[in-house]
Amino acid sequence: MKEPDGSMGIGTATYWIFAKELRTELRTRELLHTTLVFVLLVVVLFSFTFEPTREESRRYGPGLLWLALLFAGSLMLQPSFVREQNNDTLSALRLAPIAPFSIFLGKALASFVFLTVAELLLLPVFAALYDVTILPVLGEILVVLALGTAGMVTTGTVFAAIGAQARMRELLLPLLLLPLLVPVLIASVTATASLLVQEPAMDWTAMKFLIGFDVIYLAASALLFEYLLED
Amino acid sequence: MSAESITAATAGPAPADTTSVGLHLERVSKRYGLLYALREVSLQIRAGEFVLLLGPNGCGKTTLLRVAARLCQPTSGQVVWEGTAPGVPESARTIGYLGHQTLLYDELTGAENLRFFARLYGIESESLLNEWLQATELWPRRNDLVRTYSRGMRQRLSIARALLHNPALILLDEPTTGLDQNGLAWLGRTLARLKQQGKTIVVSTHSREALAELATRCVTLAAGTVVDDAAPHPSAPQ
Repeated sequence: MKEPDGSMGIGTATYWIFAKELRTELRTRELLHTTLVFVLLVVVLFSFTFEPTREESRRYGPGLLWLALLFAGSLMLQPSFVREQNNDTLSALRLAPIAPFSIFLGKALASFVFLTVAELLLLPVFAALYDVTILPVLGEILVVLALGTAGMVTTGTVFAAIGAQARMRELLLPLLLLPLLVPVLIASVTATASLLVQEPAMDWTAMKFLIGFDVIYLAASALLFEYLLED
Repeated sequence: MSAESITAATAGPAPADTTSVGLHLERVSKRYGLLYALREVSLQIRAGEFVLLLGPNGCGKTTLLRVAARLCQPTSGQVVWEGTAPGVPESARTIGYLGHQTLLYDELTGAENLRFFARLYGIESESLLNEWLQATELWPRRNDLVRTYSRGMRQRLSIARALLHNPALILLDEPTTGLDQNGLAWLGRTLARLKQQGKTIVVSTHSREALAELATRCVTLAAGTVVDDAAPHPSAPQ
């Protein structure tokens, strides 16, 4: 669908960029394989290091899970814009008659899907190694994971775009990203922990915080992303 | 299919009022740190002109083209595109840009690359893509990943990507890079056809001889400033 000024609608452009990201990743599988191996390794290592009891797992498990996801997220988000630098394809995207926000959305959506796939594969391993019951609250856990991941991906995509043009970009993204994601991490851990206790109940304060964080960062990205792409 | 018929075909979908675009640079400077890539460059390129940008490495040709394409902001001065379609002021659709790098995705095939960029420009026609693939002689390799292409093949695909949407203002940075004799001849025919259609064309090149016959004007840069602006002399050494 086209806008009145002849440019392409955000939805359509987002779709094409998202599809391109998926196709590229499915062909190389660089990000998915690296991230999956990384999160599994972290969770398994923590499990063998602590050998937690069921009670300890309920207390520490959510923190360890989100820590692994945070590192995996920063690992996965880094190449999102670096890939566009290799042949200067970002210039081709910037020249196209599309809203710059659609570049952000396409990439953020793709990262969200990749990270969600990693989480879905990680969840049963986590449940088995840490002896926690997740099946009765699976729906709620997936909602928490989705909101936490959306926060990570939204913020991470913005900073990946900023960092991609910098000289020490590998160092810059975690440096910028991790402090900003602390509130999301705390809220996600709190919400997940509330679902793993003996009498699980959704922590709505944490959930509202996550929703608010996601909406604010998404709105800020929509307003400012255009300027982040400038040379 | 010949290059002429291809470029004629691409002329189809574009609105008539975007076919004539002039480019005005007014006292444009671009600085990277302490280094001036462009110093107070003023250039008036009228619609339909074919301008060759000449000069040694590092004289500012690439920066000038990137500033003209609005891919980078000038430190001072102004870039004005004149004659863009009413209702679409400053339209990105107007520009066809070929960069120093390929602006192609290595992990997509030649056909997928063209299709992706065509879709971003709202072009749905598969036959147009096929025609470009045939014109660039990449049809037999259309389903191979671009990373397996030779430099010349990538360059031909890059040129097709830049011209796919029938732009009115064409900015080409070293388009002859990597092209063999056939490729050079194809590029010459394509640019001749675009010139006939009234497109405004600015080409930076070290191969003056290859394109001098087409040029209406030669602008020479040195150390970020315009040192010569004259009609071309095909036989003159660069």
